[in-house]
Amino acid sequence: MTVLAIENLNVVFATEGGDLHALRDVSFKVPEQRIVGIVGESGCGKSTLINAILGLLAENGRIASGSISFEGEDLAHLDDKAIQDLRGPRLSTVFQDPMGALNPVISVGRQMRNIQYRSDLARAEKDARSIDMLRQVRIPDAAQALKRYPHEFSGGMKQRIAIAMALMMEPALLIADEPTTALDATLEVTTIELLKDLQAEIGCSVLFISHHLGVIAELCDDVVVMYAGEVVERGSTRQVFGNPSHPYTARLLDCDPARQSERTRQLPTIPGELPDLRRRPEGCIFAARCDRRMDVCAAIPPDIEVVPGHVARCFLAESQ
Amino acid sequence: MYAAASDPKRARLAAVQRLLREPLGVFGVTLVVLMLFGAIFADWLSIYEPNKISPRDRFQGPSWDHLLGTDQLGRDLFSRVLHGGRIALSVALFSTLASLVIGIVLGLIAGYGPRWLDNLMLLFFDSIKSFPTVMLALALVTLFGPSLTAVVIVVVLVNVPGYARIIRTQTLALKESEFVTAALSMGASTPRILRVHVMPNVVGPLLILASMDIPVVIAIEAGMSFLGLGVRPPTPSWGAILNDGFTAIRDTPWIVLAGGLPIIITTLGFTFLGETLRDVFDPRLKGRG
Amino acid sequence: MLSYSIKRLGLAVVIVSVAMLMLFSMIYLIPGDPAAVALGPRATEAMREALRVKMGLDQPIWVQFWNFFINAWQGDLGNEVLSDRPVATVVLEQLPYTIALILGGISWSVALGIPLGCWAAVKRGSWADRLVGVLSVAVIAVPSFVVAIYALLVFAVTLQWLPAIGAGEPGDLGDQLVHLLLPSLAVGLGWVGYIARMVRASMLEVLEAQHIRTARAFGLPDRMITYRYALTIAILPTVTLLGVGIGQMLSSAVFAEIVFARPGVGKLVYDAILTRNYPLVTGTVLVTTVIFVLLNLVADLIVGALDPRVRSRF
Repeated sequence: MTVLAIENLNVVFATEGGDLHALRDVSFKVPEQRIVGIVGESGCGKSTLINAILGLLAENGRIASGSISFEGEDLAHLDDKAIQDLRGPRLSTVFQDPMGALNPVISVGRQMRNIQYRSDLARAEKDARSIDMLRQVRIPDAAQALKRYPHEFSGGMKQRIAIAMALMMEPALLIADEPTTALDATLEVTTIELLKDLQAEIGCSVLFISHHLGVIAELCDDVVVMYAGEVVERGSTRQVFGNPSHPYTARLLDCDPARQSERTRQLPTIPGELPDLRRRPEGCIFAARCDRRMDVCAAIPPDIEVVPGHVARCFLAESQ
Repeated sequence: MYAAASDPKRARLAAVQRLLREPLGVFGVTLVVLMLFGAIFADWLSIYEPNKISPRDRFQGPSWDHLLGTDQLGRDLFSRVLHGGRIALSVALFSTLASLVIGIVLGLIAGYGPRWLDNLMLLFFDSIKSFPTVMLALALVTLFGPSLTAVVIVVVLVNVPGYARIIRTQTLALKESEFVTAALSMGASTPRILRVHVMPNVVGPLLILASMDIPVVIAIEAGMSFLGLGVRPPTPSWGAILNDGFTAIRDTPWIVLAGGLPIIITTLGFTFLGETLRDVFDPRLKGRG
Repeated sequence: MLSYSIKRLGLAVVIVSVAMLMLFSMIYLIPGDPAAVALGPRATEAMREALRVKMGLDQPIWVQFWNFFINAWQGDLGNEVLSDRPVATVVLEQLPYTIALILGGISWSVALGIPLGCWAAVKRGSWADRLVGVLSVAVIAVPSFVVAIYALLVFAVTLQWLPAIGAGEPGDLGDQLVHLLLPSLAVGLGWVGYIARMVRASMLEVLEAQHIRTARAFGLPDRMITYRYALTIAILPTVTLLGVGIGQMLSSAVFAEIVFARPGVGKLVYDAILTRNYPLVTGTVLVTTVIFVLLNLVADLIVGALDPRVRSRF
């Protein structure tokens, strides 16, 4: 069973300098109870992708073509109200910045109660559910915590509270948008383990966005590599990391010498700049920075299956 | 240096064009021009002497003879409104200029002078700001008696702290900047640095702020004259007309209409103009106030 | 935060002291002999001399200032000339009327300004937003005394919906409220514009915040997000704005009291000027200044009370 299947998704933003083609022909799947990682530099379109799935694209953005099928419904063609009804109960999100993710002037308990606004439970039952969730994310003295405000918790605790809120309605899919980037290394490990435990317990799928290769390798079953609004490679984590078939993936892994042992905070730098998405280059999106560029790269490469389930958008993959 | 001078000029021209594309800006310009025209050509436009008392014509409603009617002394209100515009606009212009000059000088002293003087002046500015405007005006009138001088002094006291603060902040920032340090090292004198390097950088935003304060100044003059604390009778002033009409508001409402409408038109005109000017010339100031 | 509060309080004391100094020098500069003014033309030289001694005018100027300063801090503002009653008592009698008027003005401005600003922010870029923008600028620009006179003309004289003058029957709260409606509208109308603009700007900022995105991602309804999650934060700066605004509203209140013939400190000081009752003038100006300075302090504390982030630092 597939929870989320994105097919040939194109997202365009209308800007003063012309249309910005933020996502081009993005396709991948998130199977049931699996953790899928998305990796890429900042500006690669990860945030746009999340917003497109959640139906929260900025006003100047639109889904030009393609489909986002989630539990059998196409989110790309659902009206705002219908998507809003999915957000929370079926489709939930944890964002990067734990400091700003919670409303500063509403108590934690009230925020958690508000998330359950669709439920018919009595107030006390909702609070009991909130306390139960806070316990699961190991917040000490959970009953008391409901009365407190976000600023009274540490960064790591805030992120765990955000996770508790996101999982409270037992969604089918959790989108985790760099949930550990703002945390220090020790907290990162515990938060990742917590996420893994909760995922197994609730049985949801997770779309885990990170630019941290080590975390992706450790946590994710599948990985999707994005560059400048395109999925350049996707497949099982073992396949993609073991046999990188797109030069961009290879460069990412090359630049990360300690990729199995030591955790790097940031993606390694690759010479050159991201292309201007308002004037998308004719052929391969990575050609300008690629050290294995060929003449054929002036045309857009097709998605080529290296082995079943492992796909790379590169002519080189053909020869393998 | 000289090549760069034409660029601001072109930028200014472009800004004026943008101003004329904003409907609100055009509306403001129209109102202001209308009022200025009436004030400048007041003698030529008015058929009657503004102060000519004519007991037979007292309390006449608006008619073709008297466009805005007459007051309790039979004076033609249209002529008085036009001449009142002269008072209002010249007071506004004069006291704003005075505030600007004093504000700039005090601000430069505070920003460029020794630290203790700066602190002392800031305290002085804060203290003046801590008086509610009307209370300040009333206290000053006690001192000077009702007069236009009192009005001008009130305006200057109300405006100067704000202007001086802006100049001070800008001066402090520029004092540390590279081109001032460079000029200093080349032996330029302090007055020269202030005139050549500091002033051109601060005058633009200040002028925009001052233009936005003009409605406030007009309101102060009219308000004080309404209370009988501004211009002395029989000098025509919009506030004084309001005062004349107010005592007879039940029977002759056209007098307060004649006094109030020009105040509304002028303050709206200058405000719309000032707002648009600010947005067009200096978006950084947006959201102030 | 505590040391900041103490610092602010210290600054307030210094400002009030400087204000006292300025007021005192003003009294000193007033042309004419205060004793002669107080007693009128028919008083004898001996009577004037006696009053001068009583008022301390025979002492050196710095002694006079010191006495004025010490007495003022103790609440003794001297006696007013006409009835020889303590100025402080007279001012405090009139103060509640002015406070009621200003509170009325705040109520109008908050009741109209916050919804308008919020509406404009939610409908950003629409004709509604532009209309609110133009209206805000317009009500800010028009002087409050013109608003007062025109409100009187339209609602009290022409339509006769509301009473024109006075503060209403003492003890009859309903009557007093009815009498408060027009004058307080005149006081608060300009601030509808300020508050609408402020709320709009801070709403737009808050709506961009990460926690609003989180709330949307949890599928919370738009109404809940706008009013409970965003507006509660967006109105915080309004409190500070009102702290500053009360000083301006005090100015408007003076006009409103005169136009609507209401009792209050504005009417008091105006009448005092017309009757050359100088101790009453300086006393009233001083009291209102102290109130103004204090209110700015209080506004900061209220912000602390509304915002748990600030509160926790106390």
